[in-house]
Amino acid sequence: MSSLAYTVADSTTMLRRNLKHQLRYPSLTLMLAGFPIVFLLLFVYVLGGQLGRGLGGSGVPHGDRSAYLTYVVPGILIITVASAALGTAISVATDMTGGIIDRFRTMSIARAAVLIGHVIGSLLQTLVVLVLVVAVALAIGFRSTASALAWLATAGVLLLFAVALIWLSAALGLAAKSVETASNTPMFLTLLPFLSSGFVPTDTMPVGLRQFAEYEPFTPVTQTVRGLLTDNPIGTHAIVAVAWSAGIAIASYLWAVRLYNRRRAAGSN
Amino acid sequence: MNNPNASAISARAVRKSFGEHIVLNGVDLTVAEGTIFSLLGPNGAGKTTMVRILSTLIRADGGAIRVGGHDVASDPDAVRSLIGVTGQFSAVDNLLTGQENLQLMADLRHLGRNAGRCRIAELLERFELTDAANKPLSTYSGGMRRRLDLAMTLIGNPTVIFLDEPTTGLDPRSRRTMWQIIRELATDGVTILLTTQYLEEADQLADQVAVLDNGRIVAEGTPAELKRRMSGGHVQLHFAEPQSLRSAANMLPNATPDLDQLTLQVPGAGCVASLRHVLNELDGARIDVEHLSIHTPDLDDVFFAVTGHAPLEPAHQEEEALQR
Repeated sequence: MSSLAYTVADSTTMLRRNLKHQLRYPSLTLMLAGFPIVFLLLFVYVLGGQLGRGLGGSGVPHGDRSAYLTYVVPGILIITVASAALGTAISVATDMTGGIIDRFRTMSIARAAVLIGHVIGSLLQTLVVLVLVVAVALAIGFRSTASALAWLATAGVLLLFAVALIWLSAALGLAAKSVETASNTPMFLTLLPFLSSGFVPTDTMPVGLRQFAEYEPFTPVTQTVRGLLTDNPIGTHAIVAVAWSAGIAIASYLWAVRLYNRRRAAGSN
Repeated sequence: MNNPNASAISARAVRKSFGEHIVLNGVDLTVAEGTIFSLLGPNGAGKTTMVRILSTLIRADGGAIRVGGHDVASDPDAVRSLIGVTGQFSAVDNLLTGQENLQLMADLRHLGRNAGRCRIAELLERFELTDAANKPLSTYSGGMRRRLDLAMTLIGNPTVIFLDEPTTGLDPRSRRTMWQIIRELATDGVTILLTTQYLEEADQLADQVAVLDNGRIVAEGTPAELKRRMSGGHVQLHFAEPQSLRSAANMLPNATPDLDQLTLQVPGAGCVASLRHVLNELDGARIDVEHLSIHTPDLDDVFFAVTGHAPLEPAHQEEEALQR
């Protein structure tokens, strides 16, 4: 077998291992899905009536609870991606603090396999969680005018962003000294969607916050998904979203691999 | 395979420090193919660090190390394809079953579906884990986990195995089972380097023993050779009154009296003839010996003699913790 074939074979083995963990202990997956679903219900039913009335300006129609549901679903999908990525940090850190990683390191297996197994495992987990969240959104009345192709593009944008956040979370999991730290450090990822156009239009925010919200990566991704699902113009948001996702993914991947190799060299922890 | 001249492991002048702390300070060791070598030492002596270096987990700061003929520093992957490692802390996946753990190893060793399945069934059988194969690891006892750990190590038929304190924390029965397994592996021609802080374990298993203390090898040889260095044991005579002890001490000038304990330590009296001689002499002088005990030398004596302290020093444990 060539070295690429070994990498694929070993990564597949590691992926199978992570999927077994997820299937055997579905509580983590359910928790990751539960978080955005609770937010969806909270925002639509508790705050949605009032927030819907406030919608308007900058191309967003003035409306009621169902208008807010339409508005908030893209934000909820983004927060779903962010919260699902938290699981990666936890599972990577759990692995790194256990004895099994030392066993892997004394075996002749493809270097990147452990991390690739985690990242693809988390990506599939994110996909499952996204499907659950969309199902709940549809059940409470969300309707989209999007074509099948637009849904496909939505999935593509969300999964590309998921790849970026999962690699970032994997790096944070590697950087953490304990599983407890690893479950806390990526928390900011679930905060950033609130400081974007995910839940309310950015032009209702005070100036400093608005500028932050307009330039942070979650806004272009949200706006792209919103544009695709509501059949509205997307403008430059799509290209900015893709650029942010690719940039975060590449930088985080390099950081994660470096941390993984350094741990290997130092051998401590 | 079993060429006694070939060395499976050879290490020269191995040095390793963590920051200011020198853990290994010029360690040399050679392990012949198909033999059991025991690295003996208290906690913090550097045993685990040595195993981590030999098994490619960490790099030495200096020295030359070859395992199975391959240089550990320049060709770690060649070394990894030959070795198996079972560490002090079980390296098993707690979220999988025993069978799945073994399957994971078979897949990573690229055994192929049928060969993997056969090997797994064989190892489950051999380590008496067949009944528990499909149970989650949370139901496994300490001994079962350790056996599974070793079975995982053996999946790829390694020719050199590192066992870092393989029986620490096991009950006596599990310990004996583990010893039996280790002996069988050596019979099959596998080279084994094991670390232990139990002198009895080294004595039971090892062909060759090296005593590691403060980062240096302070004694090396077969268990028998090391014991021979200890002047052949002694007999301890216990007396009822100081007067008898003093008289006896005068008669036996080589012996060491202890006035507090009312005992007399007579060196080299472990064999029947010299014991009879000592007792006859005391009897002739009408000196009453209350009772006596015979001490054959064991590795505890060796350890004490070469390191100047008792074998267990829990005070050093922080250093082992630092290495993790």
